[in-house]
Formats: sequence, C-alpha cells, structure tokens
Amino acid sequence: MTAAQLSSMLREREISSLELTKAYLDEIQRRDKKLNCYVLQCPELALEQASRADERLAKKDSLTPFTGLPIALKDIFITQGVETTCASKILKGYIPPYDGNAASRLKAAGAVLLGKLNMDEFAMGSSNEFSSFGPVKNPWNQECTPGGSSGGSAAAVAAGLAPIALGTDTGGSIRQPAAFCGTVGLKPTYGRVSRYGVIAFASSLDQVGPIAQDVRDCAMMLGAIAGHDPMDSTSIETPVPDYVAALKGDVKGKTIGVPAEYFVSGIDTEVESAVRAAAKTLEGLGARVVEISLPHTKYALACYYIIAPAEASANLARYDGIRFGHRASGNHDLADLFKASRTEGFGAEVALRIVVGTYVLSSGYYDAYYLKAQKVRTLIKNDFLEAFKSCDAILAPVTPTPPFKLGEKTDDPIQMYLNDIFTIPVNLAGLPGMSLPCGVTGSGLPIGMQLIGKPLDEAGLMNIAYAYEQATAWHKNIPVF
Amino acid sequence: MSSYEAVIGLEVHAQLSTESKMFCACSTSAGSPPNTNICPVCTGQPGTLPVVNRRAIEMAIKAGLALGCKIERRSIFARKNYFYPDLPKGYQISQYEFPLCLGGGVTISTEGGKKTISLIRIHLEEDAGKLLHDYGHPDMSHVDFNRCGVPLIEIVSGPDMRSPKEAGDYLRTLRNVLVYLDVCEGNLQEGNFRCDANVSIRPVGRKEFGTRTEMKNLNSFKAVERSIAYEIERQTKVLESGGTVSQETRLWNDVAGRTESMRSKEEAHDYRYFPDPDLLPLIVEEDWIARTRSGLPELAGAKAERFVSNYEIPRADALVLTDDRALADYFEAVIASGAPARKAANWITAELMREIKDDERGIAACPIAPANLAGLIKLIEEGKISGKIGKDVFEMMFKTGRAAAEIVAELGVEQISDSSAIESAVDKIIAENPKQVEQYRGGKTAVLAYFVGQVMKATKGQANPQMLNDILKKKLET
Repeated sequence: MTAAQLSSMLREREISSLELTKAYLDEIQRRDKKLNCYVLQCPELALEQASRADERLAKKDSLTPFTGLPIALKDIFITQGVETTCASKILKGYIPPYDGNAASRLKAAGAVLLGKLNMDEFAMGSSNEFSSFGPVKNPWNQECTPGGSSGGSAAAVAAGLAPIALGTDTGGSIRQPAAFCGTVGLKPTYGRVSRYGVIAFASSLDQVGPIAQDVRDCAMMLGAIAGHDPMDSTSIETPVPDYVAALKGDVKGKTIGVPAEYFVSGIDTEVESAVRAAAKTLEGLGARVVEISLPHTKYALACYYIIAPAEASANLARYDGIRFGHRASGNHDLADLFKASRTEGFGAEVALRIVVGTYVLSSGYYDAYYLKAQKVRTLIKNDFLEAFKSCDAILAPVTPTPPFKLGEKTDDPIQMYLNDIFTIPVNLAGLPGMSLPCGVTGSGLPIGMQLIGKPLDEAGLMNIAYAYEQATAWHKNIPVF
Repeated sequence: MSSYEAVIGLEVHAQLSTESKMFCACSTSAGSPPNTNICPVCTGQPGTLPVVNRRAIEMAIKAGLALGCKIERRSIFARKNYFYPDLPKGYQISQYEFPLCLGGGVTISTEGGKKTISLIRIHLEEDAGKLLHDYGHPDMSHVDFNRCGVPLIEIVSGPDMRSPKEAGDYLRTLRNVLVYLDVCEGNLQEGNFRCDANVSIRPVGRKEFGTRTEMKNLNSFKAVERSIAYEIERQTKVLESGGTVSQETRLWNDVAGRTESMRSKEEAHDYRYFPDPDLLPLIVEEDWIARTRSGLPELAGAKAERFVSNYEIPRADALVLTDDRALADYFEAVIASGAPARKAANWITAELMREIKDDERGIAACPIAPANLAGLIKLIEEGKISGKIGKDVFEMMFKTGRAAAEIVAELGVEQISDSSAIESAVDKIIAENPKQVEQYRGGKTAVLAYFVGQVMKATKGQANPQMLNDILKKKLET
C-alpha cells in the first residue's frame, strides 16, 4: 500500500500507528535478512513515536500526512540519539547530538522512524556494495545490486519494508537505485531541501529527496521536507507549492525534449526501447516530443569526478579520530594518529576519492583540474538552460543498463562510474530530476526513465510523471522474494 | 653602520568583538570553562553547515572603510585545508582569492615626516580552538573549542616598513583605529590582536627583495619590535658571513630574546584552497557600505582636533589623550563629572600617565573612576586641599581606588580655610617668637617664610597658604 493510502487509513482510524508500525517492524525482522536494507532498526523509538502519534490522531491534533506514518532514512541523515554512520567504519558508534533538518521536520510532522537504511559508504558508489555493513540485494533478483548509493532506501521501499524513504543524490544516488528497484525517486532542485544534518559528500551537488512507491507519495514527501532553512546558506527561499494538489495528470501542450546525446552506443537496447516507448506514451497523452541536444554531456562524468572528490576530500577531513568516530588504538604521534585512524576507518572507494580530490586541489594542479571542471560545469548547465527554451521537461534513460550483478563492477571503477553518466549532468546543473518505472527487462528486472525539469519546477515535473504513471501500470509491479 | 636595509611586512589577526561566532550562534566570550561555548556547528559535527554572521561582516567593512580600503561587492569564502586537533572540520573557512577589502593604508609619523604603510587586503576568517597540554593528565592533550569559530579579520600590510620602530608604530596605529571603531579589543596578551612579521634585508639601494622569514609568537608590541631587530641582525650576520637566508617560519623566544627556526619552506603546508561550496558568494550591497560609512565613529585625528578647539587644551595633550580611545573616553568622562578640561588634561597626562606608562593595558589599568578624579580636582579647585597634598591623595587613590574626599577625611588633611583658626595659630606663633617679629618689623621681610613654616608645622601643613600669607602679613604689620 502506498504511503498516501496508509496515511488516509491512519487519519480515518482504520488502523493505528502502533499496529502499522508493528507490522512493518515484523516484516523487517522476517524478511530483511535476505536484502540487508536496514543498518539499524529502532523498534523501541518507533513504538514510542507511534503511540504518541496515535494520541495525536485520536485528538486530531495538528495532523499532517505523516502523523503516525512509518518512514525510514538513509543512514546519511543525522538523527539525534540514533547512531548515524554513513555506512562507514569511521563513524561506528557515532550518536549525533542533534537532529538534521529532514529528521526534525519529519519528527515534528509525527512520522515514525523505523530505522536507518544501508548505502554506499559516504554515498560514494552506484551499487551499494561499498558499505561497511555489506551489500544490499535487489529484491527483484538477489544476485543483482539495488543500485546506489541509496540502495537500502530503494530496496526497502520496493520490498515493502518501508512505505516511503529518504535518500540523497549527488550524482544519481536517488534516481539510479530507484530505477534499479522499480520505485519512484526524486532529486529536487539544488537548494530546495535543506542539507543541514545530511552528512556531506560533495556539498555543491548533494540533495535530499524521496524514494517512494509512486509519484503521489513522492509529492507528499517533498511537501514535508522542502523549504528554506536558515541553517543552510544554500537553501532557497522560494515558497513551497502544494505538490500533491499540482498532480493534475494533464500533459496536453507540454513539450518533452529527448536529448540525442543520451542514446549513445553502448546503451542497453531494452533500456533504450523502454524509454522510447515512454516518449510515445507521453505523445499519446497529448505532449509534444522533440529531439534536443545537450552537447557537453560527454564531459559531465570527467567534470563530476573532479568536483565531487575535491569537495569530498575537504568534507571528510573532519573524520580524524579526535572528537568522534573511529580512533586508531595504540600510541601514536599526532600525524600517525590521523593517518592510522583514517586508514583503518575509511573503505577503499572512499580513500580513492579522497586521494583524487586532494590531488586535483593541490598547488599546481588546481587550475588544470578543479577550475577547468568548474568551467565545464557552467557549460553543462547552459546546455540545459538552452534546451529548456524549447521544452518543458527532458526525457532520458536513468542508466545505460538495467540492474547489474553484485560483484560485476567492483573491481573496475570506470565501469562503475559510467553507470551514472545520465544522472550526473543533472546534479552538475542543479536541476530537479526524477526516475520512475517504465518497463521490465526480459529477465524481469525493472527499467526506469528519467524526467529532468527546469529549476524549481518539481511540481510541473511530477505532474508529467503522474500523467505517465496514470497511463501505465509499471509502478504496480511488486517483487517477490 | 650596516649597508643593509630591512623590509618588513606585518600580518595582523584581529578578533572581531561580535557577541556570537562567525558561523554559528555560540557566544564568543572569553574565560568560560573549556568547551562550554560550543555547538554541533563549531565542533564540526557531521552534517552541520556554516551560516555567516552579518555583524562580523559589518565590522570588517567598518575596519576596511576606516583604513581606506576598497570594499569588494562580491567576495568568496574558501576552505583552507590542514589537519590539526584544534581545527574540527579539517579546514578553516577563510577568504583567499577574493577577499572583502583590498588596498588602503595606515599613516604613521617617522623622523622624516608622515609615511603611509600600504595595506594589501583585509579578509574574514574563523579562529581555531586551543590545545591544552596541562590539563590533569601527564601524557594526554585536550582541546578547548570555545574559541573555535570566533570571527577574525586578517590585515595584511605591504612590505613597506623599514625599521622595528616603524613596525611598532604601524601596529599601534592600526590597533588604535580598530579599538576606536569598536571592532576589536586590541589586546595582544589575550590574543585578540595577533601579529606575524615578515622580515627580509637587502643591500641599500637594491630594488629586489631578499629572502624573507616569517616570525610568529609575538605577544606584545615590544616582542614585535625586539624580534624584528633581532631578525635583521641575524640575517645581516648570515649575509655578511657569506651565507644565504633561508625562507622559513621562525618562532620568537621572548625569554631568550631570539628567533628560532620552526619550519622550512619545504615543510610548508599546501592548503589546497578552494571556494567553500557551503557558502554563497558574499554580496555587499552599495547601500550597506554607505550606511556603515555614515555610522563610522570619530577617529583619533578628528578627536584630537575637537579636543583642541572645544576644550582649549594644548595640542600635545590632545594627541596624547586621543592616542588611545579608552583614554580619550576617560578624559571626557572626567570632564562630564564637572572637572575643568585643562586641569583634567594636566592630571591625566602628567600624574595618571606616569602611573600607567609601563602597563600595556593602558587606562584599563587605572583604578580611579573618572568621577573620582574629577572629585579630586574639585577639592583642589575649591581650596579644600592644597595642590601638593592633592598629589599624595592621587597616589593613594591609585593604590586603593577610593574617592578623594574619603581619603582626605580619613587622613585629616583637609586644608584649614577657617580664618579664625588660622588667626589663633598665627597669634600663638607671633607670641612665641618676639625676636623674629622684631626683625620683620625692622625691615627684614624675608623672615616671613620662617613664620609660614612654623604655622604650617603647627597645622600639619593644612593651613590654606594664601590665607595664611595674608593673615601673617596683616598681623605682623600692625
């Protein structure tokens, strides 16, 4: 059942929050061993929050769509008093002294926190295999990855282990796992949702968003978490529209751009035909589909793999073994203490990106790498702004391939990075992008399509997605595992 | 006579006097128990973000305007990356390529007349925490994050100073301006006004700079001047003995009176500066600059002029009084308590300054409240005590901080201005000294001083001297 349906049942008192929460906790207990979605369950806290929500529901006291609704958060979200590790050994045992913006908004709305979800360490990865808690398995096929880095969030929602979840997206970390797991994921415009209390990976790219069962749930969640936050200087002050009310399902007169550069050789034929078919469906609903060009697309991956590691190298400097997290045991002088704590605490992929990031910022290399990448980033952004002069939204694949096998790409970073080739440009441009199911492969794995919108046009974007969803049934598929 | 010329540039870190820190709401107050003015932001907890303190920006703009800088409409915060336990994020938020203020200068007086030391830039940054090595555990160090995130401005001068004295004068003038603006407390010992000195030497007449060394740990104006003098001498000896100066950072050892090598150029950090993606470019609107400019307080020069014209005090006194804003404020407070301006200026520049001249705290070291100094001046003006006794009373006031009248009453040194009391004392002395009366009346008027002395002795020096003179003369001449 969708979050919206559960929400209305709670409000109508057809089910209590306590009953619903217990049902999810049981389901997680029973079935998550196979998938490894949760890195931490907090049943005691959840039951306590549920009974408080029930009091609120009984009194009809400042009810929100989330009052009494169980949710789960990627372990990148800071939750006061609840261990938050970012799936890294270096933060093992870290109990945050504060709530992040997302956690506190949802808490205030009356949501019930089921637990924290698995992810790639520090959100660096596209398969959820780089986690100190081990990989997550795709509920559609347990030999496949659920995608990453928000793999736990997408798999949990697909598998019915959470009605709705939050993820983060730096280069595709919401959209790609959402596609791999047959769920709906939205990366909002950069700045639409506060980053306060989200453990930073690459600050100029990170953005928070929902992973949900359908578009309406996505809209409901975005409404709860979007808005200006004085604690985040990069958050936008523009008022938040009613996203659910904006779901009219009408795309007549809308122009959908399809970028030629996103259908390059090497793209899986099943993926390509599913996305092309989706274009036809939208056309059938009255939209106009036009071919557009995003000429600098081919530079996006290189640009991203300079900017993101550069920012990460500084963002991850605070994990030094001094104040929290892992500290190397034994006697060390200062430099050795830093070195040993970090060497022991970080996984190989994180260490690789820190080294790359440190290198590109080094004296003598800064101009050639970091500065150049920033210039390329502007060109990529301009590509989109130019394209939006002739279309309302862009339709593209989310990934070049359907879900791949666990272990298939872990030894080859380039192959792994190429997975994000269609999602990364959207982060570089700061645009809203979403992923929704648009097909199934011959072997029964989900295929996702990507919709990219104008800055702050989440409402328009979700409306197009909603129209497509109403016309198709892909989102109703449920994995059996 | 050395054939070398020194080239000196100073980098000053001034702590801005804001209530809260640069990027969070924590208090900046010093002297709190360790780690009590901290929060998730300034301790670098995962997920936290900085938010700029507008008040700090405003203070930096004030400093920039008063020092003649160009205020940049758009400046950028950057991350300066290095690992140290007192730096919780592993980077310091500073400004690098695009600072808030460019240019400007500080004018000092030299033997050859006025000289302007150019400023290269002023930028904003956050302070680090503090390591505590003696905190109850022999082989463990602790970190206090109270100071972490406190706003600083770094003021970088051009390489324009040529002697330790010029460096000292530049520093004193700069401090004076910042204190006048109320943007910095300006205390070197407490570390809210810190200075690093860059020193090189070159043969007189040469244009190219020599290799410079950077001096740290300069905790007083004296340390700045002494360390530079030492360094000039050291570098001269190195060059004269055929060696080369190596570019390095050196630490001033105040006790030993020498600089010691700290790290070489090769060991210098690569800070890997890049724009902080958590902060938007800092945009300073033109009207904000204009408003700040119109709100600038009166600076030392203007204040001195006003003292001369309004209070009619000598220019030399006005310059001394305005050298330190707190002293100028003290002077005006004494006047506000009713003291005549010239008298107040005299007492402050002579007596008071003598007491505090060796104290770097300046007027803050003076325990005499302005109203009490005015009270002392009033007692003298009204003839209640003599000027001479006044000086003794002043000294006691300085030692105890008590009011003049209280001390005068306690000592019983109030001047006798009651004519009958003086008359009876005079009558007694005249009666006891018939021989001297004879001499006086015989024309030897110098003997008057003898009578004055005797009466003063009898009255313990408290007889009003003018009245005593008059009464004596009258009695002796009739």
